[in-house]
Amino acid sequence: MPQDKTADTDRERFAGVGPVKNLSGFEIKPLYGPEDIKGTEFERDVGLPGQYPYVRGVYSTMYRGRPWTIRQLGSLGPPGEANKRIRQLVDMGATGISICLDMPTIMGRDSDDPLAEGEVGRCGGVAIDTLQDVREVLAGIELDKISINFVSNSQSSVILAMFCALAEERGVPWDVLTGTMQNDVLKEYQAQKSYYFPPRPSMRLILDTLSFCMRSLPRFNPISISGYHLASAGASPLQELAFTLANGFTYVEEGINAGMPVDDFAPRLSFFFKAHNDVFENVAKFRAARRLWARTMKGKFGAKNPSSWRLRVHTQTSGSSLTAQQMENNIIRTTLQAFSAVMAGTQSLHTNAFDEAFSVPTPQSERVALRTQQIILHESGAASTIDPLAGSYYIEALTRQMEEACEKYFQTIADMGGVIAGIEKGYFQREIAESAFRYQQSLEQGERIVVGLNQYTEEEESEIRLRELDSEFERNKVAALKKFKEDRDQDLLRAKGEELREVCKGSDNVMPALISAVKAGMTLGEAIGHMREIFGVYREQAVF
Amino acid sequence: MSIRKSLNPEELVEKLLSGDRRAAARLITLIEDQSVQANGMMKKIFPHTGRSTIIGLTGSGGSGKSTLIDHLIGRFRTMGKKVGVVAVDPSSPFSGGALLGDRIRFQSHATDDGVFIRSMASRGYLGGLARGTTDVVRVMEAMGNDVILIETLGAGQDEIDIIHLAQTCLLILTPGMGDDIQAMKAGIMEIADVIVLNKADLDKANLCQSSLETIIHYGMDKKKGWIPRVVPTIAFASKSTDIRGMEELVQAIMDHQAYLHETRKIDDVRNKRIEQELGLVFKDEVEKVVFAGIKGTGKKREYIESIRAGKTDPYSVVKEVLSTFLRV
Amino acid sequence: MNATKTLRILIAKPGLDGHDRGAKVVARALSNAGMEVIYSGLHQTPEQIVNAAIDEDVDAVGLSILSGAHNTIFARVLQLLKEKDAGDILVFGGGTIPKKDRAPLEAMGVGRVFIPGTDTRDIVAYLQETLQTRSFSASC
Repeated sequence: MPQDKTADTDRERFAGVGPVKNLSGFEIKPLYGPEDIKGTEFERDVGLPGQYPYVRGVYSTMYRGRPWTIRQLGSLGPPGEANKRIRQLVDMGATGISICLDMPTIMGRDSDDPLAEGEVGRCGGVAIDTLQDVREVLAGIELDKISINFVSNSQSSVILAMFCALAEERGVPWDVLTGTMQNDVLKEYQAQKSYYFPPRPSMRLILDTLSFCMRSLPRFNPISISGYHLASAGASPLQELAFTLANGFTYVEEGINAGMPVDDFAPRLSFFFKAHNDVFENVAKFRAARRLWARTMKGKFGAKNPSSWRLRVHTQTSGSSLTAQQMENNIIRTTLQAFSAVMAGTQSLHTNAFDEAFSVPTPQSERVALRTQQIILHESGAASTIDPLAGSYYIEALTRQMEEACEKYFQTIADMGGVIAGIEKGYFQREIAESAFRYQQSLEQGERIVVGLNQYTEEEESEIRLRELDSEFERNKVAALKKFKEDRDQDLLRAKGEELREVCKGSDNVMPALISAVKAGMTLGEAIGHMREIFGVYREQAVF
Repeated sequence: MSIRKSLNPEELVEKLLSGDRRAAARLITLIEDQSVQANGMMKKIFPHTGRSTIIGLTGSGGSGKSTLIDHLIGRFRTMGKKVGVVAVDPSSPFSGGALLGDRIRFQSHATDDGVFIRSMASRGYLGGLARGTTDVVRVMEAMGNDVILIETLGAGQDEIDIIHLAQTCLLILTPGMGDDIQAMKAGIMEIADVIVLNKADLDKANLCQSSLETIIHYGMDKKKGWIPRVVPTIAFASKSTDIRGMEELVQAIMDHQAYLHETRKIDDVRNKRIEQELGLVFKDEVEKVVFAGIKGTGKKREYIESIRAGKTDPYSVVKEVLSTFLRV
Repeated sequence: MNATKTLRILIAKPGLDGHDRGAKVVARALSNAGMEVIYSGLHQTPEQIVNAAIDEDVDAVGLSILSGAHNTIFARVLQLLKEKDAGDILVFGGGTIPKKDRAPLEAMGVGRVFIPGTDTRDIVAYLQETLQTRSFSASC
């Protein structure tokens, strides 16, 4: 029989060849052929771009109709400088901007919080304490024309409240506002760890923002379900895929349980994945993601709107793959990762500067990062045709393999009681920590080679250059904040605090109370503080 | 000046008795490392011990032990009591190392001068405690802690050394996890003074509570006087403001303590503890002396090989060793 | 008695930064090498770290800092240890720490600083060599 003959021939042919495993743990054959994609029906399983199950791409013309969005996340600094930089980008033709937050804001603390000392405005994020800060950051930006992406998570409800308050002030109706919030708390428990409250209250806040946006900001994308951070914490590409989709399905299920019709909110969900070094594994990951999402949304959740079936992705090249040693090598890594993301059909892409993981990027390194995407677009041919690797025995086999392995993970998670139960049991954290440790071991044992790190090493060290600490900025910000706090109507503020706590205790949507509170001058730290009193503080168990 | 340099027993003990944490910590290390100075210091501090309330917590992982301890610490602190905590985790039988992560759950108390927390690795010791835990608890008593909480390793089935050390034993169960059935089978009921039914808002909580109380009612020796109390609580990390049952739990602990003192059963309890310690110290010393005799001679290895080859057996070996080396 | 004592190490994450992958991988590597590793968890203040170090009587404290605030944090931890008579506890650490900061940190009293990409075996070897053969100088 033909199959056996091939297997025997392969065994003979590759007798002396050692095994190779990819990061997801799959053994990669030296040769793939027709037998590896037996059973795949192209129309049913692969299909056309822009058509269910979207394996080949979410839109019918993909990059031939319009290239992916080059969305570089730049560093911003203090609100005044951030505003300058944003206006520069807008002047240069950007129609979308990203705002990332400084560490204290990420952790729900004001600039004058003792825990914030030494960290205000650091890491290129903006310090947002008050509505005034948001006014300053977005001064002169036409909210009805520019799409704003807030890289915010546990503080999203407050940021959204400030954004809505600002729009109202400016007379811009909420229903024309466009933008995104990351707002994905499940991955915080699993990986990034910038959670505040226990899982249930955090989920409640997300559902509140979701339903609020559905009703009042229909053009705003309220969640960007993220795999990037899981991968950075050590998740393998397979785990990134499985856990991110599981998280996504959890949000969908919770939304439906909260009474929101699936087709009302699902079209607004988007994803954020990492592009890692293995070009082919990465492409398979994206294709499997699209197929799994489409099938589940249509099947299990009964979504009828094709927009609900479409998995749209923003991709960032892998920061954790970059080495501090011989940093220029990172240009090649980023290029391969970006190339892979393009062949995988991403909707938007951020390419890292080669020194970004360890230093303040220079204008030159930022430019190289940008040019990387442009060269891929114009010179590599990767964008000339849609889903160029389709039909490849390897890619189709790998796509299917990842999908099947994912489904096993989904079953394990379901048996455990779902994602939140899994988080409480430490399941994801354990899987991720295990992958991280095994990866480190594979490097130390020489099973996996990282150029410049455990092979082809040089004595000389690349420069780690950190952002200069602007302690003056911190001092000024703290002083300004103190004055701001004194000048407020204290009684009104107290009342708003009471109101907020009442809403948190109950089940009404928290957004109206938050909007009213920030208008009265409540700070982000104060708002989170009130919530913390009612919702509590989550402390994780140690999982290695 | 660092204490490490001057390991003068008197100084260390003096500092310990005045509540110095560094001295306590250093002394605990000496105990854990079985250092020669340890015994001398233990002799000195012994008279200053025996008056604290000692509470043991046992239960399988995921039952919420650490979170309960976190809240108990808080409660006892508001009652003005100084609290010592020992958290035990297993040592790896392969590497000998350990990952001690219990502290995370009560790290918020790290800056409270009235709380002293020590993580201990079992170091090959079976029984649910770490080698040296009994001495460490004495040190914490001498340091001035009114209440000492001990978080044991496991589910309480094989690991029951805690019952000799603690005055009040808490067994933490979670409804529907199967521990309750297991616990009943293993007769754990006789060991626990208070059974904490944590995560009591789970579906099966009420049913579980009734079953437990029924089993206790029918299974208990009525003469004993204290009927193990079942206390439902809600105390786990993912619901950190909705804590319930802590008042009742503290009450149950205090009630049990009151019972022990009023009926003078506390003396029996203290006797049991001393008996266990005596046994441990005795075993340690005898072992030291006996093996000191044959240490470095390769004799031990020879004996082991002989037994394996079927030429002799452990009982004969010990008899020989004892008669040869002890009677000098 | 034992030739080598069991080393106790505290691994801590100071400040607001939540990236604990490195800290956990190192903790596990140290434990596999036979050390008892106490992990403090995230969001620790220098006070919490130092108190834990003292109560646990660790031989060394390892700080994982990726926020850039290493100079302030190391200084504070060293100062607190000194104030509490625990200056003989070794302080080491890892993270995104520029070369130009490492010598000053070592001069301040930090034992060694490891940058990303370090082989965990180097950290194990460093701790074993430094701690097992440690001589206590009078100028603690």
